[in-house]
Amino acid sequence: MTLMQNAITAAPLLSVQGLTKRYGARIGCAGVGFDLYPGEVLGIVGESGSGKSTLLSCLAGHQRPDEGRILFDGADVLAFSEAERRRLLRGDWAYVHQNPRDGLRMGVSAGGNVGERLMAVGARNYAAIRESATDWLGRVEIAADRIDDRPSAFSGGMQQRLQIARNLVTGPRLVFMDEPTGGLDVSVQARLLDLLRGLVRDLGLSVVIVTHDLAVVRLLADRLMVMKSGRVVECGLTDQVLDDPQHAYTQLLVSSVLQV
Amino acid sequence: MIEIRNLSKSFTLHNQGGVAIPVMAGAHLRVDHGECVGLVGRSGAGKSTLMRMVYGNYLAGGGSIRIGGLDVVTAEPREILALRRAVLGHVSQFLRVVPRVPTLEVVAEPLLRLGTPAPQARARAADLLARLNIPERLWALSPTTFSGGEQQRVNIARGFAHDYPALLLDEPTASLDAQNREVVLCLIEEAKARGAAILGIFHDEGARERVCDRLVDVTGFTRGLAA
Repeated sequence: MTLMQNAITAAPLLSVQGLTKRYGARIGCAGVGFDLYPGEVLGIVGESGSGKSTLLSCLAGHQRPDEGRILFDGADVLAFSEAERRRLLRGDWAYVHQNPRDGLRMGVSAGGNVGERLMAVGARNYAAIRESATDWLGRVEIAADRIDDRPSAFSGGMQQRLQIARNLVTGPRLVFMDEPTGGLDVSVQARLLDLLRGLVRDLGLSVVIVTHDLAVVRLLADRLMVMKSGRVVECGLTDQVLDDPQHAYTQLLVSSVLQV
Repeated sequence: MIEIRNLSKSFTLHNQGGVAIPVMAGAHLRVDHGECVGLVGRSGAGKSTLMRMVYGNYLAGGGSIRIGGLDVVTAEPREILALRRAVLGHVSQFLRVVPRVPTLEVVAEPLLRLGTPAPQARARAADLLARLNIPERLWALSPTTFSGGEQQRVNIARGFAHDYPALLLDEPTASLDAQNREVVLCLIEEAKARGAAILGIFHDEGARERVCDRLVDVTGFTRGLAA
């Protein structure tokens, strides 16, 4: 029972309260709040325009919300200085973009892409950086002999795995993911899902993942938040929300998925 | 170990005129350590609905479901996740896994999530797969391409990998041949012997007679409701 007690007594890693972002009179997201605990994966689903991407960019510090609080490990992130915020984005936090081109430097070698983030948090020993980069390429199943190739020579799936390696090399505690399997073939998606699940479990990462793919959240997310018109309409255990949805919109969303 | 009191449930179909369908009311049930209780009742009577509520997969309308000190009806998602990891196992009829993950890993995963060292978790998985007659040459492959019976046995191996104090079994012997059925019944008997509380649905009458200590007819929980 000790494991269960540990899981329940731990403090939230990320605590979000009343987060609101407006674009003029239009609402991006409104009144969003949740707690994310260490090792937990939170999925955010909703159709295009539901506010899920706005929410993610506010959470990850890419946009400043108009109202609300974001506490990371108890610290008020919105009150951080620019230097503190940058340190957070390079170290404890990571962001995996839907399009790997947005998260990688396409003109720099694969090893350089991974090593660069390490250097940003102060690593200086070339041999140690290269060793760490090689180790991470291996973990995301990129052969060691591709370390000096540029990502432009990689397939879409490989680029996405490289982006994940670049993000995780600094040992972040919180990872934001925006449609990480979007734009990939189904077989490549499966490989990426398997990889992500293993990394989350082995490293104890906390993850906020935005997607419109209910199959992806079923396999990856512990908890699910359903958004519509900028607001959270339902949240709960992933399988409970998908199998016994309570809100009209979630019922529509779940029943609209084609069965395969 | 499992105690259900005055449990009720209804489904509201918002996209079909908001019609509310009550499916259960006043359900009472208790499963003690080392005991196996079988749910019976005709098809559609609510056996699976009750099991799903116990697992936290369906939201209950009212009442309580206490398992090892936690009330599943009012618990936070993370409390239910912790319960599922350590206390409450579930063997469903269908295997749902990430494609590409080898069978041995699928079976070892519940132990890995609990922090069991990988070699120990894999050894336990290998032991169960061997007992359930899954040929060793298949262990490195994903079970998604296996036959129905093989998938069912992988699912059972996964469900029995960790010694859960409480177990939910949904038709664990369906689609199994006599030899494998016998292995599964032995696994259930062993779980009871170590003190597990088991709640199950068994259409296989012989299996029911052999492992169940009591039967509960769920029709009594739905009487008078629209069905």
